[in-house]
Amino acid sequence: MIGLASGIALKHLLARRRQSLVSLSGIVLGVAFFLAVSSLMQGSENDFIRRLVDNSPHITIQDEFRNPRLQPVEQLYPPGAIEVRRVKPLTETRGIRGYPQILEGLRTEPFLRASPVLAGQALVSFAGKDIAVSLNGMIPAEVNDVSTIQNYMIAGSVDALTANPDGIILGDALARKLSLALGENVTVTAPTGEVHTFKILGLFHTGRADYDNTQTFADLKRVQALLKRLNRANTIIMKLDDPQRAHAVADEIERRFGYKSVSWQEANEDLMSTLTTRNIIMYTVVSAVLIVAAFGIYNVISTVVLEKQRDIAILKSMGFRARDIRRIFLIQGVLLGLAGSALGLPFGAGLMIVLMQIRLKFPGSSDPVPLPIDWNWPQFAIAAAFAMGAALCAGLLPACKAASVQPVDILRGAQ
Amino acid sequence: MTEAVIEAEGLTRRLAGEVMVTLVEDANLTVHQGEFVAITGASGSGKSSLLYLLGLLDRPTSGQLSLHGRQTSSLEEDALAGLRLAEVGFVFQFHFLLPEFSALENVMLPMQRLDRLPRPEIAARAAELLDSLGLAGEAKKLPRQLSGGQSQRVAIARALANDPLLILADEPTGNLDTAASANVQRILMDLARDYGRAVVVVTHDRDFAAAADRVIVMSDGRIRGQ
Repeated sequence: MIGLASGIALKHLLARRRQSLVSLSGIVLGVAFFLAVSSLMQGSENDFIRRLVDNSPHITIQDEFRNPRLQPVEQLYPPGAIEVRRVKPLTETRGIRGYPQILEGLRTEPFLRASPVLAGQALVSFAGKDIAVSLNGMIPAEVNDVSTIQNYMIAGSVDALTANPDGIILGDALARKLSLALGENVTVTAPTGEVHTFKILGLFHTGRADYDNTQTFADLKRVQALLKRLNRANTIIMKLDDPQRAHAVADEIERRFGYKSVSWQEANEDLMSTLTTRNIIMYTVVSAVLIVAAFGIYNVISTVVLEKQRDIAILKSMGFRARDIRRIFLIQGVLLGLAGSALGLPFGAGLMIVLMQIRLKFPGSSDPVPLPIDWNWPQFAIAAAFAMGAALCAGLLPACKAASVQPVDILRGAQ
Repeated sequence: MTEAVIEAEGLTRRLAGEVMVTLVEDANLTVHQGEFVAITGASGSGKSSLLYLLGLLDRPTSGQLSLHGRQTSSLEEDALAGLRLAEVGFVFQFHFLLPEFSALENVMLPMQRLDRLPRPEIAARAAELLDSLGLAGEAKKLPRQLSGGQSQRVAIARALANDPLLILADEPTGNLDTAASANVQRILMDLARDYGRAVVVVTHDRDFAAAADRVIVMSDGRIRGQ
């Protein structure tokens, strides 16, 4: 019956070539724009997440606890049996206790790379100017395993810190502000009053103004001495082979070591939810194009149903069931959807190629870059599925109307 | 006595509305295999309504109808459609061929829906039917390329496609010239006499009715004589 119904459906559409072509072109354009816009949006999202994942640690262990530590008495007795108030925690030197042991434990996992960081505030002074910065003490030999800062070096290199522990790496914006250049010395003052002179061994440019103005990197030991926090680190940063596992791994690390462990997903939750909202808006807007196109299909099939009342009555008098008639008109929607997808997807791919030729200079990037386009098959599948769904929905109402035609009513009127 | 194809008892069809309209009232009728029955009467007397009831296109408000010994009153729509497909062939005043399909394709449609034969055999049988009705050369033509008489013969071929026992014709010659009308009349009579079909024809044509084995006269929805 499918073959027969398809044959009748096709004949109906071909008999109204012009109308069918107009509604088909609506679907073709709808699919093409849907595909081009959604792949652009998805591409930009992927690009954004890639940058996020590349440029930030996948997991950060911080020197704090997610929940206040339980008092021994609370651990001893079940909750509710006792209430402790006005507890003042002991004053401790901030930092992760026993970080070398934690690192040792982490390094047994082959899928991650971890390195300690001691970050603190400092003043960079030169030629009478003082600028507050964030001073990050790192192990130079491990920096490239857990950070992409090396990719943004415009002068010098991170490796130079290994050879000269009294070196520092600054953002180019900060260096410009202080009229400093590679190889020059700069004075760094810690809140403890300790002062140390560092030699500038590298300049980086990430394109993010706040980062380039405020972040500095130096050898961990030197920073520990400057901040008077010997053998301390207040952060452990990690990179994973599979960044998507960060959430689960962070939970496991937090459970194991107690310190707050934040995955990149958690750290950027607000951005991720913004992306979800953006996707909903995008799909709503591009779906509207297909919904408008679906009205074209509805129009064609409704017209066919209206014009074919007599033929429907005859088919029913021959012995066609209501569901056979419904199928004929639904297939018309499916045929238009299929043809629309078949023509719309290559057209959309063409639009994607055109979009890829456009190069824009985004804020924060030094060179014009092509628009990011996602070429993965799900984009094509989603566009085709939307088109088919819209076409089927558009065909459903007229098809049901056709199925409900009472042949006697039509035949009486036609005689 | 040959087997009864249709047995109707007290068939009544009323249309509900602000005013109840009675289309057919208490019709009792039996048509046997090989019988050619004509239904006559003035316009609005209920001839076509009775024909639609006999052909299972419409459901009676009350009464019983059996087709080839099978009670139809309690059957679902799909079952009725199945019976129409296999047991009943309709011919209308206008040929009502599907305009996008050729004569051959129009005749093939009921067979394709029944789906009992492979497609080449369906095409061969459709061609054979057209040939038997003198339309061998018109098989590939679209309905608009055929004359009224030719189209009506294609419609008869379509009605015969699934080899039904019952042929119901509603004013089949009402729209034809004299020669074409005589031709169609002869074909329908041959179907009853030579091929053993039960043929019921609604007609205003007195000569056509006179040639029938039995004439049923209707007035105001009732059978007044047979």
